[in-house]
Amino acid sequence: MKNEWPLWEIFIRGQHGMSHRHVGSLHAPDAEMAIKNARDVYTRRNEGVSIWVVEANNITASSPSDKGPLYEPSESKVYRHPTFFDIPEEVGAM
Amino acid sequence: MYAQMIKTAGTGVKSREEMTEQERAFQDKIDADIKIEPKDWMPDDYRATLIRQIGQHAHSEIVGQLPEGNWITRAPTLERKAILLAKVQDEAGHGLYLYCAAETLGVSRDELTEMLLDGRMKYSSIFNYPTLNWADIGAVGWLVDGAAIMNQVPLQRTSYGPYSRAMIRICKEESFHQRQGYDAIRKMAEGTPEQRKMAQDALNRFWYPALMMFGPSDKDSVHSAQSMAWKIKINTNDELRQKFVDQTVPQAEYLGLTIPDPDLKWNEERGHYDFTQPDWSEFFDVIKGNGPCNTDRLAARNKAWDDGRWVRDGLLEHARKKRARKVAAE
Repeated sequence: MKNEWPLWEIFIRGQHGMSHRHVGSLHAPDAEMAIKNARDVYTRRNEGVSIWVVEANNITASSPSDKGPLYEPSESKVYRHPTFFDIPEEVGAM
Repeated sequence: MYAQMIKTAGTGVKSREEMTEQERAFQDKIDADIKIEPKDWMPDDYRATLIRQIGQHAHSEIVGQLPEGNWITRAPTLERKAILLAKVQDEAGHGLYLYCAAETLGVSRDELTEMLLDGRMKYSSIFNYPTLNWADIGAVGWLVDGAAIMNQVPLQRTSYGPYSRAMIRICKEESFHQRQGYDAIRKMAEGTPEQRKMAQDALNRFWYPALMMFGPSDKDSVHSAQSMAWKIKINTNDELRQKFVDQTVPQAEYLGLTIPDPDLKWNEERGHYDFTQPDWSEFFDVIKGNGPCNTDRLAARNKAWDDGRWVRDGLLEHARKKRARKVAAE
């Protein structure tokens, strides 16, 4: 391997954000420096109040070719959504 | 435009009949505005062209720090200094977003850096012009960032997901760059006769180099058709240049400055300004490496890379040792 700093994926939780969101990636020698760099690269305008860093090679992603088997089954299950059921108006809000 | 004269890989636009089934499915996704993501199949030429384009764009952001960094220590007030510092820091950030987008295509950061340093990859011609005085810093923000925005706003819709997301982040920040530049040059245009003269002189020197940023005229851009079909180029060079002129002329008029083009005039029929094309022989000369600052810029980047090597290596070694110690303790 060449002497290249590993790649880190950066996740930031914004002021009013409910969860950390992926914002991008950067190179850093270790986790501590990754957080310092993430602060400079991804929070220059108050974008966040919390940072997670994960080394990119620790992330396992689903494959695009599995899109069919993974997500198609849920397309036919419309009854999982509340709007599938008609509630009589007389019953009121539900 | 921060990416100029990107040679599109491949043999040009294929008809649907000439495409393989995979290529057809790929083009259909692009036509339907579905983003292409790193793990999706893509033609090798699409990948190669994007690496060139995003790489050149990233290099431009990084080299673009040099002409402005030149004036950080000599900014006229503490406020202007803080603003310029923030702006130059943004440029570093923009370079990093773009390098990361390029890396998702399978090229490493070090490879990209090395290709810049040994001249195999280019950066925008505009950064080979010097910033001689403080008025130039205003002109760069106003004109150079203004021209960059023109190109970057449509690129937010580009077909490659990571590139598109980088452009969206960049555009959010870029407007500050142009406005701080206009604000700085306005201060001078409204200042003493001497300051006013400096502002006019900066406009005189940066006008044509700014027009060159969009790349050669459409009739000389042989590679656009395929890049446009792939939606990695959204508008033609001439379209964007015209848009830039139309937008900038009234801004100059407000400042009471004169665009250095005696033939510039409003064309009622076209609904656009007619203007003089830049000297394209100068452009090709600068691209070839003969601009006023090419040697300095590349020397500065090479020096930074070489001088920083012990820091990069040292931090990596420190991280390795720390990890080893942790493993030993367990």
